Amino acid sequence: MAVVALRMLFGDRAKYFGLVLGVAFATLLVTQQGGMFVGLMTRTASVIADIQEADIWVMDPQAKYIDTVRALRATELPRVRGVEGVAWAVPLFKTSAPVKTLDGRIDNALVLGVDDASLIGLPRQILLGRPEDLWRPDAIAIDQAGFIRLWPGEKLQLGRELELNDHRAVIVAITQASAAFSANIIIHAPFTRAVTFLPQGRDTLSFVLARAAPGRSAASVAQAISRQTGLQALSAADFRWKTISFYLANTGIPISFGLVIVLGVFVGIAVVGLTFNTFVAENIRQYGALKAMGLSDLRLTGLVLLQGAVVGLVGYGLGLGIAALFFNFATQPPGALRGFNLPWWIAAGDAVVTGLIVLLAMFASLRRVLVLDPAIVFRG
Amino acid sequence: MSLAVTCRDVVKGFGSGDARVMALRGVTLDVRAGEMTLLVGPSGCGKTTLISAIAAMLTPDSGDITVFGENLRKMPRRKVTAFRGGTVGFVFQQYNLLPALTCVENASIPLRVLGRPAGEANRRATELLDRLGLAEHRHRFPAELSGGQQQRVAIARALVHDPRLVVCDEPTASLDAANGQAAMALLRELAIKPGRAVIVVTHDERIFRFADRIAHMADGHIETVSDLEAAAA
Ligand SMILES: Nc1ncnc2c1ncn2[C@@H]1O[C@H](COP(=O)(O)OP(=O)(O)OP(=O)(O)O)[C@@H](O)[C@H]1O
Ligand SMILES: [Mg+2]
Repeated sequence: MAVVALRMLFGDRAKYFGLVLGVAFATLLVTQQGGMFVGLMTRTASVIADIQEADIWVMDPQAKYIDTVRALRATELPRVRGVEGVAWAVPLFKTSAPVKTLDGRIDNALVLGVDDASLIGLPRQILLGRPEDLWRPDAIAIDQAGFIRLWPGEKLQLGRELELNDHRAVIVAITQASAAFSANIIIHAPFTRAVTFLPQGRDTLSFVLARAAPGRSAASVAQAISRQTGLQALSAADFRWKTISFYLANTGIPISFGLVIVLGVFVGIAVVGLTFNTFVAENIRQYGALKAMGLSDLRLTGLVLLQGAVVGLVGYGLGLGIAALFFNFATQPPGALRGFNLPWWIAAGDAVVTGLIVLLAMFASLRRVLVLDPAIVFRG
Repeated sequence: MSLAVTCRDVVKGFGSGDARVMALRGVTLDVRAGEMTLLVGPSGCGKTTLISAIAAMLTPDSGDITVFGENLRKMPRRKVTAFRGGTVGFVFQQYNLLPALTCVENASIPLRVLGRPAGEANRRATELLDRLGLAEHRHRFPAELSGGQQQRVAIARALVHDPRLVVCDEPTASLDAANGQAAMALLRELAIKPGRAVIVVTHDERIFRFADRIAHMADGHIETVSDLEAAAA
């Protein structure tokens, strides 16, 4: 009998496509917007995630997230280094500054000053140039997307100059830093140079990056640092989540994405529900004839659910496919959406949502089939 | 001659209060096995209601209906559907074929409902369609057939599972005279067997000659039942 249900469904092309498109539309909205949302939230903490060498971040006790911190006194660095269980600790300077190209283009950059000697904090992926060239005078590294922004249409090249807060700077390396939330251009320079380019007053130590000794957990060493220095020390994972949570709680981003997603679900339910209702209404005599011919309510329910399941599966596959194509093509670096993707758990969650959409949408139709009086087949 | 169906004082009303319509006001009728019984009468006299009750599609308010010894009123609700599937074949005025299925598939549905494998069901359906002169149309869809051909597919569907009771509501009303006569002739030829009863509701006097008996209904009653000696073959 499954064949009968499927032939009924496919027999009505227009409605079948309507149903599938309804589900696909909802799936596309949920997964695409869901992926964008997760990508955007992840981006708020991309600087933390990018510095993989450090598993502990030490900062001002009042700091709520990565983008507002009061600098620490320079003397805090040796204090952190002195804490038992700390394998190493290096300074990180973080600020934002205006950049200007020689032909007058102006933009805003996130500037990270990394440890002079180790260069810890410099992105691992260097597309062009060598990290050690950062030790040359006025040398800085810029991210690929930032370069393209400043010199659109030009090939990536080293040796270009720009003005960083009125200081001359020379690009000696092009990195592939993850996109940052707060700036379109990411510049890395050795700590001492970054600090002299961008004087911030007496205290220049935005963060201390540290690593737990082998065999020690980052969380326990972070606790020890907090205890001994009175500073706020968090494992990289905790700091990342703290930052993301701050943006979740303090911006309209979750609400605006959430609204679109909820809207997608409701539109899905409405479209699929109405279309399926018409489908069942138009085919009611067929269901009635099957009932008259002795098909039990249970099996009839099975047929209707099978029709719904097929619509759900095909629609979900289509919607997910389009979303996957989107994430595949629209998020190529150095585009603005670089780094965004479709997490598996959003796809899986949407599978559940799709199931609910189909079930909800079919609820009324199913009821209609179940209360159907088979005697209608005798009426003209 | 054994009785296929007995109706005793069957009463059925629809609606309530002032709007209450008494469709059956105490119908008593015997339908013999091995015969074709026609149920005739003016519009609204309760014919469709009566065969719906006999086919276990609606429950009378009172009275008893027995089909091949089974009292429908005493049958548990769950069993009724299965009883309908195994014992009754249907032919409707509107054919009610499934448009997305081919003729063979349509004709095989009752066997599929009974859980028989597709191969066997299709073989049975094909046999019947061949005997009904539809050999070339087996794999066509209903919309590609004439009304007469569609009604023949419906007859195949009504008979494919060898039901002991076949009920037809106005089977010729949508057909022209020639097609109506042909459909009735085929129905007689294939459906009338010992131990099997056929009930046909009709307005169509041109097909009276196919009947063994004619029950005349008026206003929710059976008025007279007449035997026709020589039913047309
Ligand atoms: N489901 C229903 N609800 C309300 N009234 C009904 C229903 N079914 C039948 N009736 C009423 O019961 C009466 C008998 O109807 P029925 O359909 O049995 O007549 P019929 O003899 O088959 O008529 P026709 O020859 O026009 O098909 C009519 O007055 C009809 O309006
Ligand atoms: Mg009628």
